[in-house]
Amino acid sequence: MIDITITLNGKKISDSIEPDSILLDFLRDHKCYSVKRGCETTNCGLCTVLMDGTPILSCSMLTARADGHTIQTLEGLQEEASSFVGFIADQGADQCGFCNPGFVMNTIALLKENPDPTDDEIRAFLSGNLCRCSGYEGQLRGIRNYLNSRVKE
Amino acid sequence: MFTIQKYVRAQSLEEAYELNQGKNNRIVAGMLWLRLGKGRVNTAIDLTDLGLNTIEEDDEKFSIGAMVSLRSLEQHESLNSYTNNAVCNAVKDIVGVQFRNLATIGGSIWGRFGFSDVLTVFLAMDSYVELYKGGIIPLSEFATMKKDKDIIVRIIVKKIPLKIAYRAMRAQRTDFPVLACATSIVDGKARAVVGARPARAKLIMDDKDILTSGISEESKNTFVEYVANNIPTSSNLRGSAEYRTHLLKVLTSRNLTELEEIK
Repeated sequence: MIDITITLNGKKISDSIEPDSILLDFLRDHKCYSVKRGCETTNCGLCTVLMDGTPILSCSMLTARADGHTIQTLEGLQEEASSFVGFIADQGADQCGFCNPGFVMNTIALLKENPDPTDDEIRAFLSGNLCRCSGYEGQLRGIRNYLNSRVKE
Repeated sequence: MFTIQKYVRAQSLEEAYELNQGKNNRIVAGMLWLRLGKGRVNTAIDLTDLGLNTIEEDDEKFSIGAMVSLRSLEQHESLNSYTNNAVCNAVKDIVGVQFRNLATIGGSIWGRFGFSDVLTVFLAMDSYVELYKGGIIPLSEFATMKKDKDIIVRIIVKKIPLKIAYRAMRAQRTDFPVLACATSIVDGKARAVVGARPARAKLIMDDKDILTSGISEESKNTFVEYVANNIPTSSNLRGSAEYRTHLLKVLTSRNLTELEEIK
């Protein structure tokens, strides 16, 4: 077993883990159920979390490697998410909603890096988030409407 | 199922090297490909504490640490200015941002994967691999070597006059490439690299001096035929050998057109 300490959503958490513990499982064991197990082949983006502010795939990160780092999941970013998820919902962009946490996490990362992205930049940044219900246009319209509303303010 | 018995964050390259000699011990780079494999890893050796996650630059070269992420390559202004954005073009469609934040240049080059955009674009430059025990060797030599127990420390790109263009064909964005082509003129000498053939990327130099006196429609067509005749392709589910060879000609020709326009 390995002793680790991770700052998870602002709280320091110490635990003992197996050497091959995967961050996705660790986070769900710590009640971060927004982190979804999807493809587990690094393609779908459902398991996206922020490590030191950078979006990563928690399905492919050893928990031991996150020792000493800051991890944020949607549970800890409710305020940031609340500013734009309504715009996505207004477009009916999510049908089953399973991909939504990954999309929201990566959108938060996009807007931190590039507060005023073009549509092509949005598409490029979110290309690692798969949705099997929609055609992605709804999510794009939702984010665009959010950005436009900010300009009006 | 992939299991790890022990995890070690190496505190020196010597420690990492010694550990890596053990049976079933593995260096962990981005862990993206390793994660998909089966089998038992006795000791996973993590290089994250060794400061290999930076791109250093001086007048003569770029020194890219083995743990530099593909996302860092994509966003590095000076490297992309030197390569006419070819490095960015080569990596920007690899899965997604989250994946590229984890995937490392060391892992991509060490794997010498048949589908590798990264190996393809770096072979088209004056690139070298710095191995912990093996020293600095040309990337073209490393690309043909069998995998051993040495460790990639850095990838070095010498800053000599360069024109380079990169194009890949994908069935859809973020998928593996059906074919990847990098074409360059390195210090006056043309070279072409074709990856995802679907075998490991292959480099061919303009040994017949087809483009030495410049790129014209005639020399372009002759060079494209020369590349097609000397770089074999084969078939898999993504495409037939004939389709790949056709793509090779189209992509290499477009790369040459782009090279013409670079000042």
